[in-house]
Amino acid sequence: MSVLAVTEVLVAQNIAFAIIALGVVVAGVRLVTTENVVHAALWLVVVLAGIAGLYILLAAEFTAIVQVLVYIGAIVVLFLFGIMLTRARLGEGETVNERMRIPALVIAVAMFGLMAYSLWGYFGSTELEVVGRSTAELGQTTAQVADSLFLTYLIPFEVVSVLLLAALTGAIVLARRD
Amino acid sequence: MLLNQFLLLAAVLFCIGVYGVLTRRNGVMVLMSIELILNAVNINLIAFGTYLSDATGQAFALFIIAVAAAEVGVGLAIVLMLFRNRRSIDIDAVDQLKG
Repeated sequence: MSVLAVTEVLVAQNIAFAIIALGVVVAGVRLVTTENVVHAALWLVVVLAGIAGLYILLAAEFTAIVQVLVYIGAIVVLFLFGIMLTRARLGEGETVNERMRIPALVIAVAMFGLMAYSLWGYFGSTELEVVGRSTAELGQTTAQVADSLFLTYLIPFEVVSVLLLAALTGAIVLARRD
Repeated sequence: MLLNQFLLLAAVLFCIGVYGVLTRRNGVMVLMSIELILNAVNINLIAFGTYLSDATGQAFALFIIAVAAAEVGVGLAIVLMLFRNRRSIDIDAVDQLKG
């Protein structure tokens, strides 16, 4: 913090947030509205990368790396394989359910209105004090995450590993051709 | 930065995901919209973790990422089965259990 004043860092963070937020929202809207399924998967990459950027802004560096490795590296590839294996002939019928479009829009906007109203009412302009505090002070270093994961939440962690094993075995059994 | 910036962005992403789940007919697209919803939850967890100076937020976000990976694996296998049996992944057409 010796080079930049606190307010300058704050402005820089807000500009970064605005750029990322705009990109994420535009990509998200394109993701759910585009007709081409492969394009949707590529928009998903933009959304996930933007969210990884948000994690960096929030000092959660380990989760940002995991987001890139697991989501962009593995899950998007899984989606692309899924699209490839189930290729519906392009141009064969619309992929959007026209009958549901207006009700879905109403539901989404109403949900956002409710959430925005309650979030703004409860948290208002609560400041997120990250400027001038180290990652360790914010409790977000990889060592602190490891302590949390392998001491406090050791049993849930083991349960998740069993869940992953069961889910992937189930996926192989379901997808096997016999 | 305000805490609400992140919470409201997460709310926007969540609602976009809900819209996608409700309107898309392609099974793979529905799964992608669910990923959007799960990511919105993760933003909330990380934002609160940083706000409270607690690593628990990140630990829970990692759990959600693992569960999301399992969900996509099983979900895509189901969509694949659907395609193999019906030559279509239009989830609106899967209504045999309708009374």
